[in-house]
Amino acid sequence: MESGIFHTTYQSDMSLRRTHAQKIRIILFLLFMLAFPFFANRYYLTLANQVGIATIGAIGLNILVGYTGQISLGQGGFMAVGAYAAGIMTARMGLPWWASTLAACLVTALVGAIFGIPSLRLKGLYLAIATLAAQEIILWTVTHWDAVTGGVDALVVPNPTLFGIQLNTDFNFYWVIWALAGLTAILTINLFRTRFGRAFIAIRDQDIAAEVMGVDLFRYKLLAFAVSSFFVGLAGALTAHYRSIVTWERFTVDVSVLYLAMIIIGGLGSVTGSFFGATFMTLLPAILTNLGRALKTSLPFIDSIIPFVQQATFGLVIILFLVLEPEGLNKIWRNIKDYFRLWPFSY
Amino acid sequence: MELFIQLTLTGLTNGAILSLAALGFVLIYKSSDVINFAQGEFLLVGAYITYALIVQFGLAWPLGMALTLAAAVGVGVLVERFVLRPMIGEPIISVIMVTIGLSSLLRAIVSTIWGTLPRSFPAFIPSQPVRILGATVGADRLWAIAIAVIMLGLFTVFFRRSREGIAMRAVADDQQAALSMGISVKKIFAWAWSIAAATAAIAGALVANIVGVSGELSGFGLHVFPVVILGGLDSIPGAIIGGVIIGLLQTYTGGYIGQGLNQVIPFVVLILILMIRPYGLFGQEIIERV
Repeated sequence: MESGIFHTTYQSDMSLRRTHAQKIRIILFLLFMLAFPFFANRYYLTLANQVGIATIGAIGLNILVGYTGQISLGQGGFMAVGAYAAGIMTARMGLPWWASTLAACLVTALVGAIFGIPSLRLKGLYLAIATLAAQEIILWTVTHWDAVTGGVDALVVPNPTLFGIQLNTDFNFYWVIWALAGLTAILTINLFRTRFGRAFIAIRDQDIAAEVMGVDLFRYKLLAFAVSSFFVGLAGALTAHYRSIVTWERFTVDVSVLYLAMIIIGGLGSVTGSFFGATFMTLLPAILTNLGRALKTSLPFIDSIIPFVQQATFGLVIILFLVLEPEGLNKIWRNIKDYFRLWPFSY
Repeated sequence: MELFIQLTLTGLTNGAILSLAALGFVLIYKSSDVINFAQGEFLLVGAYITYALIVQFGLAWPLGMALTLAAAVGVGVLVERFVLRPMIGEPIISVIMVTIGLSSLLRAIVSTIWGTLPRSFPAFIPSQPVRILGATVGADRLWAIAIAVIMLGLFTVFFRRSREGIAMRAVADDQQAALSMGISVKKIFAWAWSIAAATAAIAGALVANIVGVSGELSGFGLHVFPVVILGGLDSIPGAIIGGVIIGLLQTYTGGYIGQGLNQVIPFVVLILILMIRPYGLFGQEIIERV
C-alpha cells in the first residue's frame, strides 16, 4: 500500500519522470496530441493553436515571475517586440520564417534584458510598475515608429512555407506550434535542474541569501529576463507567422494582465501549471461565447452582453482563485492525483 | 505666450484631476500597503453613478453628488471586506492581481449597465469660456482646479484634526502599535478604501463634466502610476505636486512637441525616477535595495 512518493536513490530523485503513473500520463497525453488534429474540425484546431502559443508565452513569463520572483507587467510589450521583429524580417528583408523566428527570439531577449535593468534596484511593487512603464513605452514606440513598424497600420507577413508547403493553415501550423511548445517545456524543466535555474529559484526565495551564497544577482536577474523574453518573443513571432498579420491591438496591457492571470491561475513556478493556465484562460472565453450562442434563441439580449460577461468572468476567476486556491490549478491537479494514489485511505 | 498660459491652465486642470485620483491611491497604500490597480475603475464607477443619478433619475446635482459619494463609500467598504481582506499576508503578486481582477470586474459591470458608447454629461458646472491673460479656458476647468484644492484642504484638516484621520496616520505608521492602542485596523482599512473610492468618484464627476462619460475614463488609472511614483507612494503632498507636474508635462509636450509624445512621456519620467530616486520626491526613504 502506497502512502506517498519516496525516492530511495539519488537517480530516481533527480529524474524527470518520477513515477510510472507519470510516464503513462505523458504517453497518453502525447498520443492524444498526435491524434487530435486528425479528428478535430477547424474551430478546435484554431483553439488548440491558440492554446499552444499561449502555453509558450505563459512558460516564458513563469520563468521570470514564478521561478525568479520578478513581477512583470510587460508581457504584451515583449510579445509585440517578438511579433514585429519576426514580421519585419520576413516581410521587408525576405528572411525565411524559421530564421526570422529565431532572430526575433534573440531580439526580444535583448530588449527584455534592457528593460530588466531596473530590476537590479527595484523589487516587488516598484518592479511591477517599472515593467508596466516598459509595456507602455514599447507599445508607443511600435505605434509611432512608422518607418519600421508601419505605425498603427497592420503589418502583413508573407505566408511561411516549408519544402513548398504552405505552413500557416490550422492543420500544418499545429505541428509547428506544438513541437515548439513541447521543446519549450522540456528546455524549461531542464533549465531548473541546472546551476542557472537553481540560482533563479534562490533569488526568488531569498535574494540576499542567494547573493551571500555566491549568486551574482546582476548577472542572473538579467539572464532571467533574457531567457524569459526569449520564449515570450517566440510566442510573439509564432503569432505573427500564424496570423500573417501583426497589429498593435494584440499586445496591449490587457495581454500582460491575461498572461499574468494564466500563470497565477495555473500555478506559479510550474511548467504544468503554465499549460493548465494557458488552456483555461484560452478556452474560458470560447466556452462563454458558445454558451451565449446556444442561449441566443431563448434569451435574445444575451448576444450584446457576451463581451462584458467574458470580462466579468475574467475578473471574477482571478479574484476567486486568489481567495480560494492561491496555488492554482496545478495544486488542484496534485490534490486529485494524491486522492487517487492514496485511495481508499486518503485523508 | 497665450499658448503657454493656455497649456498651463489645461495642464493644471489635468493635474488637479490626476491628483485627486492619486490621493485615494496613496491613502490605500499608506494605510494597508496595497497597490490599487482599480483606481481608474473607481473613477469610472463614480462618473457613471453621477451620470445615472443626475441624468437618468433627474435628481438635482447637489443631491446627486451626495448620493454618489455615499455609493462610492459603499463600494469601497464592500471591496475591502470581500476582496482585500482575504489577501492580508499574501505575496505582493497576489495583491496586485486581485486588484487587477477587480478592475476587470468593475469595468464589465459598468459596460453591462450603461453600454460602451460615450455619453454627454449635462454640465452642472458652468463651462462658458473665460479669458485669463489673453488665453481662453472653459470655466469648468477652473472649477476643477478649485474643487481639487478644496478637497486637498479638507483632507489636510481631516488628517490633522479628526479622530479617524489621526487613527489612520497611526495605522500607517505602525499597525502593531495602533492595534495595541485600541484602534481597529480593519475599520481603518475600510475607511481608507471608502475615502479612496469617494475621491475617485469626485475626480470622475469632474472629468465627466469636461469630456463626457465613456469607458475611456478608466485610462486615468494607468496615468496615476507616474504621479504617485514621482511624488512618493506614501506621500499626500507628493500626490498633489506629482499630479500637477505630470499634468503640466503632458500638456507642454502635447502642445510644443506633439506626435502623441504626451502619451508616453509620463512613463519615461516614471522609469527615470525609479532608476534615480525610487521613493519619489517626498516619499519615505525606506525602499528595500537589492
